Amino acid sequence: MTEKKIRVLVAKPGLDGHDRGAKVVARALRDAGMEVIYTGLRQTPEMIAEAALQEDVDVVGLSILSGAHMALAPRILELLKKNGQDQVRVFIGGIIPDEDLPRLKEMGITGIYGPGASTEDIIKEVRAAVQLRGA
Amino acid sequence: MSLTESVLAGNRLALARLLTQVENDSPEGRRALAELFPHTGRAHLIGITGAPGTGKSSLVNQLALHYRKGTDRKVAIVAVDPSSPFTGGAVLGDRVRMRDLSGDSGIFIRSMAARGSLGGIAKKTAALVQVFDAAGYEIIIIETVGAGQSEVDVARLAHTTVVVEAPGLGDEIQAIKAGILEIADVLVINKADRPGVENTERALRSTLELAHPARRVFRHHGQTMSVSAPAIDSTTWIPPINKTVATEGKGIAAVIASIAKHVEHLRQSGDWAARDRARLESEMETLLREALLDRFFASVQQVKYEETIEKVINRNISPYEAVKYLLNGKQV
Repeated sequence: MTEKKIRVLVAKPGLDGHDRGAKVVARALRDAGMEVIYTGLRQTPEMIAEAALQEDVDVVGLSILSGAHMALAPRILELLKKNGQDQVRVFIGGIIPDEDLPRLKEMGITGIYGPGASTEDIIKEVRAAVQLRGA
Repeated sequence: MSLTESVLAGNRLALARLLTQVENDSPEGRRALAELFPHTGRAHLIGITGAPGTGKSSLVNQLALHYRKGTDRKVAIVAVDPSSPFTGGAVLGDRVRMRDLSGDSGIFIRSMAARGSLGGIAKKTAALVQVFDAAGYEIIIIETVGAGQSEVDVARLAHTTVVVEAPGLGDEIQAIKAGILEIADVLVINKADRPGVENTERALRSTLELAHPARRVFRHHGQTMSVSAPAIDSTTWIPPINKTVATEGKGIAAVIASIAKHVEHLRQSGDWAARDRARLESEMETLLREALLDRFFASVQQVKYEETIEKVINRNISPYEAVKYLLNGKQV
């Protein structure tokens, strides 16, 4: 019997030490039936790309509260691509100023969630992104 | 190049993708397993088990670091965490304690959800291990879910089973119960800087003495009594007890030495081959059971099956009779 599960890497790049948001999202995705690999705090882009590769995830969720998203996000996208994982969808949660949204989208970030975002929306959009990929 | 060929050539992305195929039991995964099987049988499989929070992941982190020091042996880690029985989802968090291993291309960590298996590892853990074995990983560390007393499947899979204890988890009665302690080839008391470590060590040692009685002299009520017991000879393996503080890397070299000694013992006693045989036999049996069940469900009429269940629910026939009826088709 083939059993396909959505695998998600939830990672915290950079130096901020607040992972409540990451844990809430990890828990919500778990309750939606997904397999969530949590990396812990203070990951470099290299560590995140390596974990995404080893775990063969469908989705990477980044939690960034430090304001360094415009430096970290493109680096992670670039490394995923370099490793041959262009198909992996990347989501960001955290404190992201509105003016950065268009550029992040343009880079290829699939979804961006600030404070107050509903976990239901996140789940829905993760599912949609993965289905899109599978089709 | 096929996925299998890429894996054999050392391509890590291909390896990661194949692991997914195998975990999901896809036709491609099954085909690849068959192709890879002749390349397996070279790795040393080390199982790490113990209660939640004893420090299994931290210990695995340290063991992998040590195995990589000064050698080019590749190390694979398969870390299993539980799946939710309600949603099937899982949070796999063993990597959090293994951040030291990042950046070494000779190490491959794969997290796995148990997906409903209750024996401490997942149904497909053995298959994932085979893929790593074929891909040239010489040391394969299998970390079980936080295990209580009876999650002992890892002992069937691994050559060497390391059971991790920590101070303060239980008294001597816990230690003489059947189950997880019995499968230990090497015992580790982690968090050995915590109070109570002497008690834990004493309890474990007395358990081992009960399991492996030696000829010795007891002092009992002032009298010296000679107690004879089955002699242990050089072929008896007595699990060594090691004390570690894994988060600080203390005591790890001794654990590595104990594991190496155990391998030597397995090779000399012929147990290596015996364990290999037992493992493959039990794997074949499991697959046979699954295949027979699939074949049965393919052959039985859905209506007949449901009717039979109804009869059981109405207490018309017993489950035993129902099985007999479904298999032989005879009316009860």
